Amino acid sequence: MALDRWIALAFIALCCVYGYAAFFTMDDILPPILRRNPIWPSTFPKILAVAGIIVGLIVLFSAKPAAKAEKADGTIDLSRLGEYHIWQAIGLLALMVAYAMTLRPLGFLTSTVLFLVLGATLLGERKFHILIPVAVIGAGSIWYLVQEVLGIFLRPWPAFLV
Amino acid sequence: MLEGLMIGLAAAVTPFNLMMVVFGCVIGTLIGMLPGLGPMSIIAIMIPVAIGLGDPTAALILLSGVYYGAIFGGSTSSILLNAPGVAGTVATSFDGYPMARKGQAGKALTIAAIASFAGGTIGAILLMIFAPALSTVALLFHSAEYFALMVVGLSAIAAFAGTGQVGKALMMTILGLMMGTVGEGALSNMPRFTFGMMELQSGFSFITLAMAMFALPEALFLVMNPARQAQGESGKITGLRISREEARSIAPVIGRQSLQGFFIGVLPGAGATIASFLGYAVERNIAKGAEQEEFGKGSIKGLAAPETANNAACTGSFVPLLTLGIPGSGTTAILLGALIALNVTPGPRLMTDQPDVFWAVIISMYIGNLVLLILNLPLIPYIAKILAVPRNYLIPFILFFTLMGSYIGQNNHVELLILVGFGVVATILRFADYPLAPLLIGFILGTMLEDNFARAMQLYQGFGFILERPMTLALLVLAGLLVVLPSYRARRARKRAEGVADGD
Repeated sequence: MALDRWIALAFIALCCVYGYAAFFTMDDILPPILRRNPIWPSTFPKILAVAGIIVGLIVLFSAKPAAKAEKADGTIDLSRLGEYHIWQAIGLLALMVAYAMTLRPLGFLTSTVLFLVLGATLLGERKFHILIPVAVIGAGSIWYLVQEVLGIFLRPWPAFLV
Repeated sequence: MLEGLMIGLAAAVTPFNLMMVVFGCVIGTLIGMLPGLGPMSIIAIMIPVAIGLGDPTAALILLSGVYYGAIFGGSTSSILLNAPGVAGTVATSFDGYPMARKGQAGKALTIAAIASFAGGTIGAILLMIFAPALSTVALLFHSAEYFALMVVGLSAIAAFAGTGQVGKALMMTILGLMMGTVGEGALSNMPRFTFGMMELQSGFSFITLAMAMFALPEALFLVMNPARQAQGESGKITGLRISREEARSIAPVIGRQSLQGFFIGVLPGAGATIASFLGYAVERNIAKGAEQEEFGKGSIKGLAAPETANNAACTGSFVPLLTLGIPGSGTTAILLGALIALNVTPGPRLMTDQPDVFWAVIISMYIGNLVLLILNLPLIPYIAKILAVPRNYLIPFILFFTLMGSYIGQNNHVELLILVGFGVVATILRFADYPLAPLLIGFILGTMLEDNFARAMQLYQGFGFILERPMTLALLVLAGLLVVLPSYRARRARKRAEGVADGD
């Protein structure tokens, strides 16, 4: 089964869960006074759930394998997934999660410089004498912009220093 | 109208706003040139900055400058590298790249700049004429009609998604609508689908979603497939001048395509991509003999047509946004989200309640086009150097900007995890050829759609409004036809080539 049908199937499953919540569990906490309303908070989700299941089924059963037109080098094609640098992409995603977790404890400047340096290293950059200054200047100027110009607080240093 | 123009001039022509136009155009051009980063990604990245400005006029001026700049930058990389940065400039590369190969890169860029300028400026004049008229009509609409109109908009977006894509686009729209219901509904302030998580109480943040849907997958694709970012040979670009005969031959093309592009842009779902392809096709059919032969081999008409049409369509897409509050494309949907965040509600009341915002945007369109022309013609050879930024530096910075954008909106690290999670989902969806713009449009329209639906239901004590208001019924029938017709026709003509499906 092609990926797009798996997605359609997952979508139908999602609609079922969503619809179950809308039809059976959501109205329990509705105060009696609101039950006199012609529209409940669950009305719109109910319509969406039903429509979603119908559309999902249509896609699931009508999707035909996309015509294999010749694709330019830059386009994304699942059949060539094996040739792609998939591990680099996964590594970068992991790095983004790590960045999210360390942003508060390590402070903005430290974690951003680490993120930029490690990200570029992961992609194959080895000229650290250029990379590290670029990362430090980049992180510093963004911090200045956000904190001083836009006035949004970003803790610059690790938590134990301040 | 003159009075409006004066208001707009007064609001837009302040040193700060002029700086914003220039800044937006430059940023848009620079980033738009990078293959893979379209206007949607760029505007998504710029939104936190725009919202941080606090002033809706300045923010909208900045964002429309970015939008124009991105489209223009996209055509530069189409011409020089045959690597369109934006779907709307794919047609530009048909004739632009052959011209560059023939050593006429400078001339091609000049024609692109002039055509963009003319398309954008004529589009802005048409916008000025049509938007007030449309918003007068729109004031007569009730919530029932608004609901129906939004349904029409959403189904039109699905219908224009291309052959064989209608079902998928519809599915994405519904997914977006479903995601829009997460959090406290405006209706009863009852939390819905939050799974008891405090972070979901106010729903998903649209900036996070926009980043996750567009900027993140593009960056990941650049990582996975280095061929996506062709490395440019930064050769010298000379000979920017065009001759009088050439100017005379492209003038009628520009005139026709400005009009056609604008009206295509007004249609929800169509936008710059379709306008540019259609413009190219129409001009090829109109051209005679030897000129028709030239198309695809470096014809100046073939270059001028899509360039004019896509800029005019960009302007046209502001019409439904500013008069009805209904975005017709992914880009205007993001703009709508930004406006709502700035406490401006686009719609028919915008012109009466906040005329300065409305007219300032129109004035800033003129200024933006002028700035692009002045700025880019002499600077093109230098600007093109950005194509040589190594990807090892580019990609971590793009990822960092997406993270930053969603973090400073919410100041919450859970938001970043949501961003990464949705980014992965969006990448998988892209792999399976699911269009993502309908998802975002559905998400942004979802709340408004439900509000209007609820209001109509309450006024008519049930679903009666559908039958009692003829216009609502007519619009809903139109929406149904829009969805059903393409699949019906596709079934009949299945053997035809697959359509172009990409949001802009």
